[in-house]
Amino acid sequence: MRLGILDHGHGIRAKAVFALIRIFSRHQVVDAVKLALYRPDFYRGGGVTHEAMRGPSEWSVADRELMAAFVSKVNQTEFCILAHSATSAMAYNDGAKVTATLADLETAPVPEPLRATLRMLGRLTRENSLGADDMREVLAAGVSHQQIKDALAVSFAFNVTDRLADAFDFAVNDPAAINAGASYLLSRGYR
Amino acid sequence: MSDITSRHRALVARVLEGHGKASLAVRRSAFDNSGLDEPTSTLVDKVARHANTITDADIAAVRAAGLSEDQIFEIVVCAAIGQANRQYSSALAAFDAATGGT
Repeated sequence: MRLGILDHGHGIRAKAVFALIRIFSRHQVVDAVKLALYRPDFYRGGGVTHEAMRGPSEWSVADRELMAAFVSKVNQTEFCILAHSATSAMAYNDGAKVTATLADLETAPVPEPLRATLRMLGRLTRENSLGADDMREVLAAGVSHQQIKDALAVSFAFNVTDRLADAFDFAVNDPAAINAGASYLLSRGYR
Repeated sequence: MSDITSRHRALVARVLEGHGKASLAVRRSAFDNSGLDEPTSTLVDKVARHANTITDADIAAVRAAGLSEDQIFEIVVCAAIGQANRQYSSALAAFDAATGGT
């Protein structure tokens, strides 16, 4: 972490939570959790992220975790690519699908509506804007209006989180800690 | 269906209008990625446009300019949310243009 306050500036309650995490997970507290518990009165991204990732949607949890991983891939945010690839792979019970999607979206074994949606999120993340024609392409692939809005919510959440992970320099965890984090995100979400 | 509208609005309002260590004007400028002096403007622009290129030196520069860690934290958060917000607004406008807003 580039700011000492994000490592050591938490209040007593957050520090107690960290101690419990270390005891029960047997892993160090990941930097995303340290950020989430630092001054939540100022920045509390978990509400938006939880609703986008775990709220009711025609997209599965696995699909939305894949969107998070894909957006993070475009942003080249290593911490989030690994965390959400692992979570998506666990949710699909299919790591090969996730790996193939991040390697080459156009040949990946995913349904066309999901492929078109990921393509649109990639463009938005790279170019910072979209036009009506971009949306018409996604609609023509059979994506519903609500699915588009739900995917844009995921994109918003992870275009915030990726920037914070890069700016604050989140440490990349070892595979065991990444998988423990993925299990936690599937059982408890982002709140 | 999931709906982030109210949570999104509250998130933006908290960082722009809530209690903080950086001034409201600086937070707004960071959110907008506009009107900041160096070295803060460089850091904010990197957060907005290529955050994966930020280095320890970028943070050291704003610290050397007199900003506290909490002020840096707030400025970075505002810059990140601002850029994601511009993307999100653009996409929703494109959606409305393509669908008539339904």
